[in-house]
Amino acid sequence: MKAVKILNGNQTIAEAARQINPDVVAAYPITPSTAIVETIAQFKADGMISSEFVCPESEHSAMSVCIGAAAAGGRVMTATSSQGLALMWEMLYIAAGLRLPVVAAIVNRALSAPINIHGDHSDTMGARDSGWIQIYSENCQEAYDNFIQAFRIGEHLDVRTPVLVGLDGFIISHSAEPVLIEDDREVRSFIGEFKPVFPLLDTSRKITVGPIDFTDYYFEHKRSQIEGIENSPRVIEEVGREYGQKFGRFYGFFEEYRMDDAETAIVVMSSAAGTGKDAIDELRSEGLRIGLLKPRVFRPFPHEKIAEALKKIKAVAVLDRASSPGAFGAPLFTEIRSALYDYGQRPKIVNYVYGLGGRDINVEHFKEVAAKLQKIAETGKVEEMLGYLNLRE
Amino acid sequence: MAKLKDLAQMEDRLVAGHGMCLGCGIPLIFKIILRATEDPLIIANATGCLEVCTTIFPRTAWNVSWIHSAFENAASTIAGVEAMYKALKNKGKIPADKKIKFLGVGGDGGTYDIGLQALSGAVERGHEFVYVCYDNNVYANTGGQRSSATPLGASATTAPSGSKSPGKIQGRKDLAQIMVAHKIPYVAQASPHRWQDLYNKAKKAFEAVGPAFLNVLCLCPTEWKYDESKGIKLAQLAADTCVWPLYEVENGRYKINYKPKQKKPVLEWLESQGRFRHLFKEENAWIIEKIQQDVDRDWEWLTRLAEISSRP
Amino acid sequence: MKKETWTELAIGALNLQAGNSVSNLTGTWRSGRKPEFIEDNCIQCFFCWLYCPHFAVRVEEGKVTGFNYDYCTGCGLCAEECPTKEKAIVMVKEETKIIEEGKK
Ligand SMILES: Cc1ncc(C[n+]2csc(CCOP(=O)(O)OP(=O)(O)O)c2C)c(N)n1
Ligand code: SF4
Ligand code: SF4
Ligand code: SF4
Ligand SMILES: [Mg+2]
Repeated sequence: MKAVKILNGNQTIAEAARQINPDVVAAYPITPSTAIVETIAQFKADGMISSEFVCPESEHSAMSVCIGAAAAGGRVMTATSSQGLALMWEMLYIAAGLRLPVVAAIVNRALSAPINIHGDHSDTMGARDSGWIQIYSENCQEAYDNFIQAFRIGEHLDVRTPVLVGLDGFIISHSAEPVLIEDDREVRSFIGEFKPVFPLLDTSRKITVGPIDFTDYYFEHKRSQIEGIENSPRVIEEVGREYGQKFGRFYGFFEEYRMDDAETAIVVMSSAAGTGKDAIDELRSEGLRIGLLKPRVFRPFPHEKIAEALKKIKAVAVLDRASSPGAFGAPLFTEIRSALYDYGQRPKIVNYVYGLGGRDINVEHFKEVAAKLQKIAETGKVEEMLGYLNLRE
Repeated sequence: MAKLKDLAQMEDRLVAGHGMCLGCGIPLIFKIILRATEDPLIIANATGCLEVCTTIFPRTAWNVSWIHSAFENAASTIAGVEAMYKALKNKGKIPADKKIKFLGVGGDGGTYDIGLQALSGAVERGHEFVYVCYDNNVYANTGGQRSSATPLGASATTAPSGSKSPGKIQGRKDLAQIMVAHKIPYVAQASPHRWQDLYNKAKKAFEAVGPAFLNVLCLCPTEWKYDESKGIKLAQLAADTCVWPLYEVENGRYKINYKPKQKKPVLEWLESQGRFRHLFKEENAWIIEKIQQDVDRDWEWLTRLAEISSRP
Repeated sequence: MKKETWTELAIGALNLQAGNSVSNLTGTWRSGRKPEFIEDNCIQCFFCWLYCPHFAVRVEEGKVTGFNYDYCTGCGLCAEECPTKEKAIVMVKEETKIIEEGKK
C-alpha cells in the first residue's frame, strides 16, 4: 500500500531500492551516503530483498563489480558520495562506454582538500563528461521519484546509459520529511523486467566485451555511445509523463517557478531551489517580477528548452554549488550561457558560486542576488560576471 | 590423467590470429588452463599483453565469453559477473543446474601491483572464481617497466641498470604467500614447461569451493631478452634453480610439486637472459651473491613449510 | 575488411564474432625460418602442439600432421622441444615473403 512516511533522503533511496529489488547492489560506505548502503544491507539481512549485496573494499571496486554484474546481464545499483565518486571516476567512463545501465544514488558532497563532509556538487560536476545521465533532486520526494525513473531511463533500449541521481548531502540525505512511498507492486510494475542485451551469462553466445580500439574504431564507438544519451531526452520525457500519470507527480527537464511574467530569474538546482522559491515568494510580494528555474536533468543538458525559457528574461543569475577553477564560470553557468548564444534576444547573465562545503544559503542571499539582477535589468550593465555568495571577503 | 593428444582435440577457447610476440609464453599457459574445465566459462581480463593482443577490434581471439574493463580490476569485475550469476540463480532467472566457471586474469602488474587491492577484496569476500596471474616479471605491454614482481638485479625501463645502478634493487614481492594469507582453499604456483602439473592445478582451482589463485611463470622473450626458441628450457631452468618453485597450498597445506635433484646455481638463470647482463660487471657481483642467498632462503623456508604440512 | 560506420556497430563496445582473429594471418610475420615436419621421425608426443604460441601445429584425426603456415611465426619453440633423437621438426631457411595485400 502506498503511504506517507517520515524519511530522510538516505532512507528514501534505500526504500526505493527495496521496492526495486535490483539483482546486484555493490556499494561502499562514505558519509553522507553510508546509511543507504547500511539500510540495504539490513534489508538483505532481514530477507526483505533478494538482491546480491556486495560490499567491496573500495568504490573503485564497487563500480567494477557493478560493471561486471551489469555486463553479466541484470539490474544493478550503487550509492556513494564525494571521494567515493572520485575514486570511481575511471570506471564511470567505462560503464558508459560499455553502455551498461547502472544506476547510482549520489549524495552530493564536497571534494577534498580540505576534507569536508557537507553537501556541494563538486563530486558529480567532476563526472559531468563521463557519459552518465545526471538527474538532481530538490527534496526527498524528488529523490525517490527520480531514483525510480532512473532505472526506466537508463535501461531503455535506445538509451542503455548509466544514470546518477543526485541529492544534497545532509540537507536532503539527513533531513527527515514526509515522503509518499508508492505501493511496492506499483513501483515494480512501473520499472518492469530488466531486458538484458548481449549478457555475458548467456554463455552460448561468446562475446568479447570491452575490446581495444585503435585509431580506426575508437571514434566510431564513441560516437555510437553518444547516441545513447542523445536519445535519452525523449525517453526522459516519456518516463516522466508516465510516472506522472501513474503516481500523480509529473517530471520534465526543469521546473519553472513563477516564471510567467518574470523580468529577472535565478537558476539553481537541488535543495537550494526550495529556499529559492521561498525567496521568490517574498520578493514577488515586494513587487519584484522575478522567477526561478530549477534544472532537474543536467546531462543530457536541455539547452534548447532552457534557452527558450530564459530568452525573454532581462537578467539571469545562475547559481552553482561547484566551482570550475580557471573556467569561464562554473558548470551550470557555462552551459546556460552557451545555450543562449544563438538567440538574438537574450538576457544578461551572471554566475554565483554558493554553498561550497555545505555553506548555508538562505533567503537573504537570494535577495542579494535579486537586487543585483534588478540593477542589471535596469542599467543593462554587468559589473561582475562571477561572484561568491555568503563568503567572507 | 589427461593426455596431450586428447587436449589437442578439444575446442580452442583462445584461437589463432592473436598478436602476441614470437615465442610468447602467455598462450602456452592459457592453452592448458582453458582446457581444465569443460563448463561454460566467463573471463575478466586485466589490461596487459594478453588483453591487448587478443582483442584488437574488429578482431577477437576469444572463443569464450570475455570482458575487459580496466587494468586494476579484473578481480572485482569477475566478482560482479559472479554476483549477478548468483542473483539470477536465486531469482530463478538462470536454471538451477546451469554451471558456469569464472576466471579473472591479469599480468604481474595488474595483480601484484595495481590490482592487488581488488584481488584481495574479491577473495576475502569469497566469490567463487579462479584468478590466474601470468607473471612475466615486468609491465611488458607498456614496454618493460618494473613491477613488484621484477626480480632483484633485473634491468627494467623504470629501474634501469646504469653506471650508478645495478637495475632493480628490490627483490620480488611474494604474491603466492600473500594469497595463502587470505586462507583461501587453493593457491598454487606453476610453470608452462610442466603442463601436467599446470593442468592439474588449474583443474583443482576450478573445482575448489571458494576462490582459488594460480601464479604462473610466463615467458617473455621480448622483455627478458633471450632467443625465443629457448623459452621452455628457461622455464625448466627457473624450476631447477628454485627461482620459480612449483608448489601448491591446499587448505593451508604446502606441497612442493618439483624438487630438482641437484639445485642449479642461479648464475645459470642470470646468464640466460639479457635483462641480467649488467650483473656480470665486477661491481655487481654482490647482487648475484644476494640473489643466490635470497633464493636459498626462500627455498629453505618453502621446504620447511612443506615438511610441517606433511605431518599428520 | 570493410570498416563499419558508427551506426553499424553493436551497442556497447562489443565484438560478437567469437574467434574471428583467425583472419589475422600471423604467418606473415615469419622472417627467414620456418619449421618443417618429418613425419617418419614423429612419435606423436604433441609437445609441438603444446608449445606453439600461435596455434600453428596442425592436428588431424588425433595426429600431428605438420604446420599451418598461415599462422606459424617461425619462433622455433616446436623444433626446440621436439624430443625425438632424429628430429621430427627442423627449422629451415625461408625466403622472406612479400606480404600480399588484402590478405590481412
Ligand atoms: C590505471 C592505469 N594505469 C596504467 C595503465 C597503463 N598500463 C597498461 S598495461 C600496463 C602494464 C601491464 O603489465 P602486466 O600487468 O604485468 O601485464 P603484461 O603487459 O606484462 O602482460 C600498464 C602500466 C593503465 N592502462 N591503467
Ligand atoms: S611482450 Fe612478452 S608477454 Fe607481451 S606479448 Fe610479447 S612476449 Fe608476450
Ligand atoms: S615455429 Fe613457432 S609458431 Fe611456428 S609452429 Fe613452431 S612453435 Fe608454432
Ligand atoms: S614434438 Fe616432434 S615428435 Fe612430438 S608430435 Fe611434434 S613433431 Fe611429433
Ligand atoms: Mg607483466
